[in-house]
Amino acid sequence: MEPLGWLDITARIAQHLLPVWVALVITFALSLRFKRRLGLYGKLFDSTVGMIGFAIVMFWVFTAIFADLIVTHNPLVQVSQMRNAVPGSPLPDPQGGYEYFLLGGDALARDVFSRAVVGAREVLRIAPFAAMISFMIGITLGLPAGYFGGRLDTGLTFLANLVLAFPVILLFFLLVAPEIQATAIPRVMAGILFVVPVIFVTVLLNARFFTQPGKRNLYVGLVLLIGLWAYSGLAFSADPLGVWGMSPNLLNVFVAVVFVNAPTVFRIVRGITLDIKTRDYVAAAQTRGEGPWYIMLWEILPNARGPLIVDFCLRIGYTTILLGTLGFFGLGVTPESPDWGSTINSGRRLLTVYPHPALVPALSLMSLVLGLNLLADGLREESLRD
Amino acid sequence: MLLFLARRFAVMVVTALCLTFVVFYLTNLPAKLETLAKTQAGSRMTDAEVESWLARNGYGGSMLTRYGEWLGVLPGWVIEDPDGTIRGRCVERADSAEAAGSRCGLLQGYWGTSTRFRDSVSNVIAARLGATGWLMLWVLIVMVPMALAVGVLAGMREGTRTDRSLSTFAIATTATPEYVSGVLFIALLASSTVGLSPLLNSWGVIDSPVLFQGNARSALEGITIWNFALPVMTIALYGMGYVARITRASMTEVMTQQYIRTARLKGVGFSAIVLRHALRNALIAPFTVIMLQIPWLLNGVVVVEVLFSYPGFGWTLFEAAVNNDIELLLAASVVAVIVVLLTQLISDIGYVLLNPRIRIS
Repeated sequence: MEPLGWLDITARIAQHLLPVWVALVITFALSLRFKRRLGLYGKLFDSTVGMIGFAIVMFWVFTAIFADLIVTHNPLVQVSQMRNAVPGSPLPDPQGGYEYFLLGGDALARDVFSRAVVGAREVLRIAPFAAMISFMIGITLGLPAGYFGGRLDTGLTFLANLVLAFPVILLFFLLVAPEIQATAIPRVMAGILFVVPVIFVTVLLNARFFTQPGKRNLYVGLVLLIGLWAYSGLAFSADPLGVWGMSPNLLNVFVAVVFVNAPTVFRIVRGITLDIKTRDYVAAAQTRGEGPWYIMLWEILPNARGPLIVDFCLRIGYTTILLGTLGFFGLGVTPESPDWGSTINSGRRLLTVYPHPALVPALSLMSLVLGLNLLADGLREESLRD
Repeated sequence: MLLFLARRFAVMVVTALCLTFVVFYLTNLPAKLETLAKTQAGSRMTDAEVESWLARNGYGGSMLTRYGEWLGVLPGWVIEDPDGTIRGRCVERADSAEAAGSRCGLLQGYWGTSTRFRDSVSNVIAARLGATGWLMLWVLIVMVPMALAVGVLAGMREGTRTDRSLSTFAIATTATPEYVSGVLFIALLASSTVGLSPLLNSWGVIDSPVLFQGNARSALEGITIWNFALPVMTIALYGMGYVARITRASMTEVMTQQYIRTARLKGVGFSAIVLRHALRNALIAPFTVIMLQIPWLLNGVVVVEVLFSYPGFGWTLFEAAVNNDIELLLAASVVAVIVVLLTQLISDIGYVLLNPRIRIS
């Protein structure tokens, strides 16, 4: 068979991404139809930049969700004679499978297109959750530091500056290594870091509902049950039912990424808290006799949401870059892993001769981060408007 | 001011001590020491042999003691072998056997020996830092004017088409980490099969098969645009976007100030307003950001030096980490931490000096 031309390749890729297009069209149609009722999310559709960013991000989200429908080959299987095949090369013996490597083969004769698609799933499985946990930690520590001030503030700020003074890359080299995985360090750090979200949600609900003990006990009980169940599984892989769990590799990467991100969030939250705590509505709540945690979590935090949402988008993008860096140095990933960073790393050896195995994941990563940054920019513009 | 400096300096020293201890702890974990013993004295050692090897080579004491020795505040270890020879941390440096028990460590200028490069760590670090110094110099020469120009041009007329396109460009550069832009640059400009080079070669514009070189090792002998442009551009591009955005924000804020309006009403031309009145005040924020960018650039330096195989500081850090070269990794970490803390200090002082509205006390 003849190799495909570029027009043909584009058409076939577009055809394979059909579920993504359908999902995108539905999302946009519904959002545009009801945008006046959707708050900040709806307002996003007034800004062109924000819409472009949102479209790119959702493209990758849907690609990750429908990855099983989209891939043309198993991303881990090597096909003989397809080593470094140029994009659009036909398979010598398809055996009833797909006839082409749409974006060529890599140095180990695997399909570049399928690996990029599955790589999106790898990245989107970690980045948003790592960003979320970093945010919960930053908020749980930043609010009291800004609100109470004093020794607590001095101590926490010193700790945050300590972590921030570490060059990120050095921290990764030290923290994400096979020898470290053999020690208790990742488990201990995970034990400390992962308990904070549970505390956060518990305190959040307790501060709101402590006047209604019935409701409070139900909500807090549920959160503690599910939270501690997930906690035991994720941090110590001691989940009795085996639903929650993380491989030591993944846990190590996760902990390192959260550890790098949390201090920055802490600084942002602390700064905003210092600003907001002088407002009249905080004084009003204090006069009403509300407790400090109620004021922090239900008066200050909702009013700080604008900048925090914007930073959340940026932070997912930054986390994606960090994960790519880890993959690029081969830290904390299995050698076969299809994630974008390690694919770029394995493709760079033959970069000047066969650039496509490295170019495809590089462009994917760039577009996802660009989408997140544009989305953040659109959100910032729209949240400043009101 | 002096009190402020003294306090800042004290915090800096405490931070440096904490950070170096963390690095020391993480590089001297039992598992890492075991790897070291096996690479140094044979890979088929039993656990007991590893234990005794570590004890004989001064790794036996507690972590804190060894940290003190390494730092140079505690006397180095000394062991007398059965045959009467005295070995110890400081023996090679000391003139006599009596002096063997003296202090020798970081504070005395003794940084240890690199197992990867078979040389003293201070030699290795000094040479590599020089190479990275050139890289950073060119990065700053390219990055700072470009970032300031983009930021000022975008910020002086907010909301115009120039502003929109330049802002989007700045966002796009911050979304392109070094390992992506480096790969793109190499594929586009330094590949003999794709990109611009084969095209230019077939047109006869260039004689060599590639326009730029994808390997910067030759820059050690002499820096030319052909071997240095790609690494420099790769780092500068990623760092540039953030500085440009800060400059733009600062510029738009200044342009709405009363004194700018006064100058306009006086009839001063637009270019004179921007250059004389706005620019000076708008450049305070970017200055501190540029200083704080330097530790960020360190990240880029490691990625780029590995990608373009340029043997500088970042490449050394990578090699030390990969090869479990403990002393070298420790020294590189110390240098990195000092660079970060110094730039923070300079940025604080610079901010105070540049902005007369801020008084410390």
